[in-house]
Amino acid sequence: MTETERAVINRLQGGFPVCERPFLEAGEKLGLSEDELIGVIRGLLDQGLLSRFGPLYHAERLGGALSLAAMKVPEAEFDAIAERVNAFPEVAHNYARDHALNMWFVLATETPERRRAVLREIEAATGLTVYDMPKITEYFVGLHFAV
Amino acid sequence: MATVNDPREDPRLARLLEAIQSGLPLTPRPYAALGERVGLSEGEVVDTVSRWVREGLIKRLGVVVRHRPLGYRANAMVVWDVPDDRVGDIGRRMSAHEFVTLCYRRPRRGEDWPYNLFCMIHGRDRHSVNAQIELLAEACGLTDTPRAVLFSNRCFKQRGARYLAEVPTGDTRSGRMSPA
Repeated sequence: MTETERAVINRLQGGFPVCERPFLEAGEKLGLSEDELIGVIRGLLDQGLLSRFGPLYHAERLGGALSLAAMKVPEAEFDAIAERVNAFPEVAHNYARDHALNMWFVLATETPERRRAVLREIEAATGLTVYDMPKITEYFVGLHFAV
Repeated sequence: MATVNDPREDPRLARLLEAIQSGLPLTPRPYAALGERVGLSEGEVVDTVSRWVREGLIKRLGVVVRHRPLGYRANAMVVWDVPDDRVGDIGRRMSAHEFVTLCYRRPRRGEDWPYNLFCMIHGRDRHSVNAQIELLAEACGLTDTPRAVLFSNRCFKQRGARYLAEVPTGDTRSGRMSPA
């Protein structure tokens, strides 16, 4: 990674301007021209270092519902169950973790009602109990990955 | 236009929200390009997106990193069983640590799952993450508190959440991912 790429990652994880020429404005603070900044961002996307250049939404404010859910999956069936769970478009992330509750996934649905329905559908599709753990309170953190 | 705030009440705003989900166009005037796609002027897009940022519907606008290729390879979910009347204080104290990337209170789930406070730590390797967990426990007075550390060993699916119903835009749907 070049120093310029590093600077763009460290300083543009938020705060991208909303105006007519945002790359020009953001570039000035980084000592880059408009075209240079666009080129750096395109390069970072092409290298797979960014998943996207754009917004992170606040799901609940959009009326959506997010939940974290976990299951105890027998090791031998893990891949088959993962495939069934991941087939649900509402499943955003799915991680294997070291614990008796060994499959952890995030559900993103348009409404809280839909969240409960999808959880029931996942239980029906897998024959396993889903432990649903929606957040009660979020403590603010500044999610920032320094490179 | 200026009074319409809710994407659910104005199909043009819903299309705008949908159009920027996959990313801002990499052109000198990205908001004009978005406006062309959804039938809004550049000024209307700038006003609307500014308001969404100001009101927190968009939490952040900028680069969304993939942490693994950037060297953040160890990801631990650390869960604690703390007294319910202290969970707010402890959660706030925990979240002030820079290496804590998410911190939530969640419901306990019986004997199988007695934990009510969850935090995520992303680090370069397990050794450094374990050291950070010890530091966190010391700093928050939790050295004797029951806890579990769940490292992820495989990621099966990672994509950005989609929150809105499909709306006709003619826009292509590229993969959307977000930091886990």
